[in-house]
Amino acid sequence: MASAQQPNDKFDVIVIGAGPSGNAAAYVLARGGLRVLQLERGEYPGSKNVQGAILYANALEQIIPDFRDDAPLERHVIEQRIWMLDDKSYVGMNYRSEDFNEERPNRYTIIRAPFDKWFSRKVRDAGATIVCETTVTELIRTEAGRVIGVRTDRDGAVVLADMVIMAEGVNGLVGQRSGLRPELKPDSVALAVKEMHFLPRETIDARFNLKGAEGVVIEAMGTVTDGMVGTAFLYTNQESISVGIGCLVSDFKTGTAAPYELLHRFKTHPAIAPLLEGAEVKEYAAHLIPEGGYNSIPQLYGDGWLIVGDAGQFVNAVHREGSNMAMTSGRLAAELVIKLHRMREPFSSENLAEYHTMLKNSFVMKDLKKYKGIPGFLHSSSKHVFGTYPRLLSQAAQTWFRVDGADKREKERQIVSMMRKDRSFSGLISDAFKLVRAWR
Amino acid sequence: MTIKVEDTLFSNRYVVDSGRAHIKVKPHTIPSPALLALTRVCPAHCYELNDRGQVEVIADGCLECGTCRIICQDSQDIEWNYPRGGFGVLFKFG
Ligand SMILES: Cc1cc2nc3c(=O)[nH]c(=O)nc-3n(C[C@H](O)[C@H](O)[C@H](O)COP(=O)(O)OP(=O)(O)OC[C@H]3O[C@@H](n4cnc5c(N)ncnc54)[C@H](O)[C@@H]3O)c2cc1C
Ligand code: SF4
Repeated sequence: MASAQQPNDKFDVIVIGAGPSGNAAAYVLARGGLRVLQLERGEYPGSKNVQGAILYANALEQIIPDFRDDAPLERHVIEQRIWMLDDKSYVGMNYRSEDFNEERPNRYTIIRAPFDKWFSRKVRDAGATIVCETTVTELIRTEAGRVIGVRTDRDGAVVLADMVIMAEGVNGLVGQRSGLRPELKPDSVALAVKEMHFLPRETIDARFNLKGAEGVVIEAMGTVTDGMVGTAFLYTNQESISVGIGCLVSDFKTGTAAPYELLHRFKTHPAIAPLLEGAEVKEYAAHLIPEGGYNSIPQLYGDGWLIVGDAGQFVNAVHREGSNMAMTSGRLAAELVIKLHRMREPFSSENLAEYHTMLKNSFVMKDLKKYKGIPGFLHSSSKHVFGTYPRLLSQAAQTWFRVDGADKREKERQIVSMMRKDRSFSGLISDAFKLVRAWR
Repeated sequence: MTIKVEDTLFSNRYVVDSGRAHIKVKPHTIPSPALLALTRVCPAHCYELNDRGQVEVIADGCLECGTCRIICQDSQDIEWNYPRGGFGVLFKFG
């Protein structure tokens, strides 16, 4: 309902939230000459935000081409390890290449609080008005439902604008409580917990075989999550290591472990513990990650409003990409808004529908669509994917590598019979089939 | 295995909004399964059973993840809001 209060200022656009999606949108809009108000509930941008965090250069480059000059980047990633863990072992793939020591590296580790602050300074320099310590409590709408502003928790003050971009993240209450976004479901979000472990730079360099600004990232899955759908990670920063683990909220709900118990289990795994030894823990954080994929994407536009970033469920959980989708959706939304503004077209649902088309033509929707079957697959096969298979793989590798007098044909036979014992042949085939279908 | 999360929370920074709890548990005699699950699932261990077998929340160490809100959505056991702007957890790193 429109408020009786008369605000002094009217903006072209209000952006709710100063994470990567909101910052991308506000930056592009302000550079495009629009009057932008960005509202953030944290004391400073980043103070409420949590990420692994890997930054994918490409998405940011398209917004701030020379970001490398002054962004607080930790290390560029030259090695990726993907590990499947059972209780005592890991089977994995490591990929390390000198090619990643390039002039414009492709992936960096970052720490969100300083990164978000940096991005926010760029937004301010571009001309947007940023107000922190202000929580948006509801949307202001006309009788016909058009969004024309927001109410904040600063004495209920109302600010009006021609349109509102919701960049409020996965647990955004504004969109959900106004009915524009369906409520989150426990099986379409993961809860991740994370710690920051500090170590001298030289120690990290030595433990991971690194020099200069080189970095390593590890993604792990397996018995650490106790059969629940989830993954763990360990990323090297300059003088710290980010380590975390996440599982679907629905699995946590019915499971038996507490999130910090899983994190403890991961940290004390024999493959991980030596990497963290002696570190000082300086922070413990938790955050949700949208993991419902393509099928959980809500309506993204309407009269006077657009949704960008995590609020739109734009996360590719398999590849742990979210911030790049957030920035890209924020940029695309802003580009459309600038275009309509210049053409003096109204921000109607009809005109804003083009946002959906722009997303469909970008990697955001293409990738989410490609993987739309994955959440369902992981759900239906979680016990095996996060329990049986990691164990089997480790046993198979051990049988194969242990030289104990058994001939190689006998070893092959042992491995096959081990597989069959733990998971019926048809079960294996059916999981493989389901996975291939979901991946395609 | 009992891991105490309280020790880890100690390293975090908070600006507590005294007297204005942002999460409230609705009065109940017997907690629903969802509410009960929070005593284990909350990553900051904000929920605990009291002597009378009811679930209580002390949200001073809350990490504002929203998990409890989602778990109790159907059962409507809790009232959840973000803390007032500027209050609550303050991540130095995130
Ligand atoms: C543990 C973890 C690891 C991850 N790892 C990676 C990774 O390695 N790489 C990657 O690309 N992605 C990763 N992601 C995903 C990535 O963090 C998100 O996709 C990204 O942060 C989404 O950006 P956003 O701007 O949409 O939302 P957010 O970053 O959540 O920002 C939302 C902002 O809105 C503010 N806000 C919310 N409600 C209100 C309100 N009512 N009023 C005012 N302000 C409000 C919040 O304070 C916040 O600043 C990870 C996520 C987690 C949790
Ligand atoms: S929001 Fe997260 S940290 Fe806070 S009480 Fe709920 S579950 Fe616990």
